[in-house]
Amino acid sequence: MASALVENHFRSNKLPHIWCPGCGHGIIMRSIVEAIDELGYNKDDVCVVSGIGCSSRAPGYMDYNTLHTLHGRALAYATGVKMANPKLKVIVITGDGDCAAIGGNHLIHAARRNIDITTVVFNNNIYGMTGGQYSPTTPTGEKGTTAPFGNIDKNFDLCNLAKAAGATYVARATAYHANMITKLVKAGMENKGFSFVEAVSVCPTYYGRKNKKGDAVQMMRYLKDSSVNVKAAKKLPKEKLEGKFFIGEFHKVEEPEYTEQYQKIIDSFQKER
Amino acid sequence: MENKNIKLMQGNEACVEGALTAGMRFFAGYPITPSTEIAEISSLRLPKVGGKFLQMEDEIAGIAATIGASLTGLKSMTATSGPGFSLKQENIGYASIAEIPCVIVNVQRGGPSTGLPTSPAQGDIMQAKWGTHGDHPVIALSPSSVRETFDLTIKAFNYAEKYRMPVMLLTDEVIGHMREKIEIPTADEIEIIDRVKPESGLDKYNPYEVNEGELVPKMASYGEGYRFHVTGLVHDETGFPSNDSNVAGNLLDRLMKKIDNNIEDISLYEEYRIDDAETIIIAYGSTARSAKSAVDMAREEGLKVGLFRPMTIWPFLDKQITDVAKKADNIIVAEMNLGQYVNEVERVGNKYANISKCCKANGELITPDEILAKIKEV
Ligand SMILES: Cc1ncc(C[n+]2csc(CCOP(=O)(O)OP(=O)(O)O)c2C)c(N)n1
Ligand code: SF4
Repeated sequence: MASALVENHFRSNKLPHIWCPGCGHGIIMRSIVEAIDELGYNKDDVCVVSGIGCSSRAPGYMDYNTLHTLHGRALAYATGVKMANPKLKVIVITGDGDCAAIGGNHLIHAARRNIDITTVVFNNNIYGMTGGQYSPTTPTGEKGTTAPFGNIDKNFDLCNLAKAAGATYVARATAYHANMITKLVKAGMENKGFSFVEAVSVCPTYYGRKNKKGDAVQMMRYLKDSSVNVKAAKKLPKEKLEGKFFIGEFHKVEEPEYTEQYQKIIDSFQKER
Repeated sequence: MENKNIKLMQGNEACVEGALTAGMRFFAGYPITPSTEIAEISSLRLPKVGGKFLQMEDEIAGIAATIGASLTGLKSMTATSGPGFSLKQENIGYASIAEIPCVIVNVQRGGPSTGLPTSPAQGDIMQAKWGTHGDHPVIALSPSSVRETFDLTIKAFNYAEKYRMPVMLLTDEVIGHMREKIEIPTADEIEIIDRVKPESGLDKYNPYEVNEGELVPKMASYGEGYRFHVTGLVHDETGFPSNDSNVAGNLLDRLMKKIDNNIEDISLYEEYRIDDAETIIIAYGSTARSAKSAVDMAREEGLKVGLFRPMTIWPFLDKQITDVAKKADNIIVAEMNLGQYVNEVERVGNKYANISKCCKANGELITPDEILAKIKEV
């Protein structure tokens, strides 16, 4: 099963990947590919766009139309691609720094437009590629190479951010919940509009080591033990939710999609003729 | 009498008209004086021809979307001015190394920073060449009239498509906002160049492979069935990243040769009354209009003066400027900055002529009288 997926959807001559042993990014990449496979999309119609970071290296391994852009700019490039050719199924792969720091402005505006792009953030709470500096999602008090005394910044809840900005599908899963990522990405791809899936990843090399989170296995166990599905959470007493974070589908609404709205303007002139 | 298509048009309008004639079907940008009309008119015109217009959240997003759109096969453009041009620089480098055709219009205004938003300037000449980091090929064109804005916008698209690279159109506030009557050429008078696509049905498409003796790889579009990879990292002919110093060296070499080996095709200029000239003014853009008047005024007084007007700012016209320097005793470079193009003129012409400058960067045009005074001084 796994090998068929690799054969059909990966550029196997580009593997093995560059990620560290125990990195969560590979699991998330595989889950996305699984979603595309299950949706039965023609590979020629899929376009994966990324920024810069460890996470943003993923498209290079994926056998679609792939675009590795500049740090923070994936969504701006993807907006151009989608607008120019709305038939393409556009997925953005980005990191927490890529999408919420340098690319934060593009994130909120892509969400606001409700353009039909599915964004998957590989959130490892750190800048992996540059060696462990704190990011906009590093929890307050945690350490990074540029927060040697503990991070005093308040961290973003990316899902709340995306929802507030206008995303019409918002969900979260973790690298531990690989099947769930597949399910959420599928739902996101099927949503006609801007979909935002936060995939909580692990970076044992920097985040783990800096913050004494143990090895990759321990970090994955943390993801399992500390996450609660939003649906289940409703039935749980408050004390059971302490120190936990939510996963699952948070938000789903129907709203006019951007490229369709623009097409209506184009069509109005075609009718005039 | 022939039925001529004559229109009263603003420079910025002529830019959009030229772009549409060249085949522009995508524009993404962010409003900024004095370039805004280009966005406004594009937003009005593009949907009527089935094209797309996007007002993005900033200039970085404007050029990023432009590059993304070009990858799907649409001829794409963005337009801006000073501060926005600064913001676009990183993406200009991306389009250079990834070899994505696109046109970037910079209607120059006074700088630095917010500077003089409604005044003309030519202060971005060096930025156009060196604004993005690293060595990279550059084509930048500068028109001196409304009609030429139309023509050079078409040229900009043609070069972008032909050489697979970003091409800059450097106008200024005066050219952008000036209104002139122009005759729109007929379709058979205009040359339109499209990017060369790979033959269909290839088993394997290497997006950066070139045939022996060629310099520009054939360009497929996303969605056509070639699932290729594009990156701003140094890459080999397959498009995938490489740390190999040979690969890096060869890539950069080929990128630069696209210009160096085609310099004649890219060299656009006008010579005016230079045959017997002892003093030759070198000026471009709106300043060249004043320079032309100054030449006529000087000639009336019996002075042997001419004008050399580069329309291609980059690549620098080494050969032509050398010839001009050999011909003249004196060269005066007139430009609305504190001396940028003049440095290049000195580089090639110092051996042959006495080179001086007539510069101004206070938001005012350089007048014919000022140039005439300088002619008499040298
Ligand atoms: C304009 C720019 N600024 C900074 C960098 C350096 N840089 C590369 S990746 C990165 C952070 C990546 O972190 P994240 O997006 O969280 O991805 P991760 O590597 O953790 O997967 C930075 C700061 C860059 N490449 N470009
Ligand atoms: S540095 Fe961290 S994020 Fe990057 S590959 Fe290694 S483990 Fe993964």
